[in-house]
Amino acid sequence: MPDAGAILQQNAHVAGGGTTAGTTRRRAPVTGEGPVARAVLIGVAIAFLSLFLLLPLVVVFVEALRAGVGAYVAALTEPDAVAAIQLTLMVAAIAVPLNLVFGVAAAWAVAKFEFPGKSFLVSLIDLPFSVSPVVAGLVYVLLFGAQGLFGGWLRDHGVEIIFAVPGIVLATVFVTFPFIARELIPLMEEQGTGDEEVAMTLGASGLQTFWRVTLPNIRFALLYGVLLCNARAMGEFGAVAVVSGKIRGYTTTMPLHVEILYNEYNSVAAFAVASVLALLALVTLVAKVFLESRYGDEIAARSH
Amino acid sequence: MAFSFRRKSAIPGFGLALGYTIAYLGLIVLLPLAALVLRAAEVGPGGLYALVTDPRVLGALRTSFGLALLAAATNAVFGMIVAWVLVRYRFPGRGLVDAAVDLPFALPTAVAGIALAALYAPNGWIGSLFEPYGIRIAFTPLGIYIALVFIGLPFIVRTVQPVIAECDREIEEASATLGANRWQTVFRVILPPLTPALLTGFALAFARGVGEYGSIIFIAGNIPYISEIAPLLIVIKLEEYDYAGATAIATVMLVVAFAILLAINLVQAWSRRRLGHA
Repeated sequence: MPDAGAILQQNAHVAGGGTTAGTTRRRAPVTGEGPVARAVLIGVAIAFLSLFLLLPLVVVFVEALRAGVGAYVAALTEPDAVAAIQLTLMVAAIAVPLNLVFGVAAAWAVAKFEFPGKSFLVSLIDLPFSVSPVVAGLVYVLLFGAQGLFGGWLRDHGVEIIFAVPGIVLATVFVTFPFIARELIPLMEEQGTGDEEVAMTLGASGLQTFWRVTLPNIRFALLYGVLLCNARAMGEFGAVAVVSGKIRGYTTTMPLHVEILYNEYNSVAAFAVASVLALLALVTLVAKVFLESRYGDEIAARSH
Repeated sequence: MAFSFRRKSAIPGFGLALGYTIAYLGLIVLLPLAALVLRAAEVGPGGLYALVTDPRVLGALRTSFGLALLAAATNAVFGMIVAWVLVRYRFPGRGLVDAAVDLPFALPTAVAGIALAALYAPNGWIGSLFEPYGIRIAFTPLGIYIALVFIGLPFIVRTVQPVIAECDREIEEASATLGANRWQTVFRVILPPLTPALLTGFALAFARGVGEYGSIIFIAGNIPYISEIAPLLIVIKLEEYDYAGATAIATVMLVVAFAILLAINLVQAWSRRRLGHA
């Protein structure tokens, strides 16, 4: 026989109440674990996450402030660090809008229309997620490097891509390519074409329909995608490391600057710059949680 | 519209949107990947085989694939527990724990790399606990394993979590009514429908682990044949201007990545057929 009281208790628990609904016997509810198993599982989960997630985060800030606030500020304000911060911001400022426009266009085509080969196209859009960042950098070297396919032509025309800023931007665009599209596609598929058809029937032009009907419908999912895209763009390391050439003060983004400092045993400065990136990650997570809890329905239909 | 490529629709902009999508996709993703394929074709199958079977390359591939497999397996167990705890139990700080799971997605890999190296180095917070027993974590394959566990955790949790949330409690009640104890219910009623999601998460974590670079190189020690990963060897070959060598390793990694992607799609198609949902 199922223990009705225990089920009630369990349901109340799930609803966030946690009150005992009149049960006197303390035995494991039939659709849940006993209090001991429950405590052990929660304990294991929290211990595992503390060890693997919390501790690395804490150590970044502890190491960064090891030599005091003065050294921390100095590490962030020296010219190479400032140049790295500026380059990182610039790369993100180019890569994110590019992928934003692409994401909207791709989602518009995929979600609002039926055409053959659609699921294949979606797989191709997701492709950069399955490619190692180092390989992402490598393919651009094979294309634009000194011995690359277009290397000779580029050298003759004095265009620098590899070991220069354009290569860094390209590699960043590659690794952040799917972020915005994959947030928008499932949502816009779910929303269908009804709203747009009404707007068109009422006499709106295509552009008006897009700006006044579609865009407001997807704005939070768009913001969500931009957030994730930006975090990855600013933090990308492997792909950028391959194409940058690491010319200090010129082609070093913040993650590359961290690597250089760390390899020079300048631990405090490395962790100081790293702490800024960690803060960016924390801000991203907070904004993500806020968007999910506040506008979950309007982001919806997401799959990680 | 004159062509019947797509179904008729009142909504405009199909040609422009699809044209731009395909052009941009081609330029940013497909053309560069084609350059790799072209380069690999130039080297030829025989050449690729010779380059890949070089002992140092084989060692690096073994390190990357073996440790990624081990880390994904670890995450399958602990990720499953974390997902279960987050969906089924209410406890103080649950929201915080739930948000923290995404940290490896958000934290730049280089930051994770130096943080893990600092923690597990012989004089680090955790490394110093093991040092007296002669156990070294940083600068050994064990360190790579730790970094891969860090990087892979969210893949398992975030694929399994929604499926657990959708689990029908009535099935568990039915199982209990029919006389099953909790263990039997967990292993014979709850876990089987979670298998496709778990496999998908496992494959994603594994694929990410094989290609991972930033979080590993600081903690790995990078000793050839022992703790040198395949992506690092690509970087080393590139620095030596050995494009053919770099291409060969990248080709192997790309082929495996596509195989994993295909496997994930097959698992999901199979689970749709068997269970009636994704």
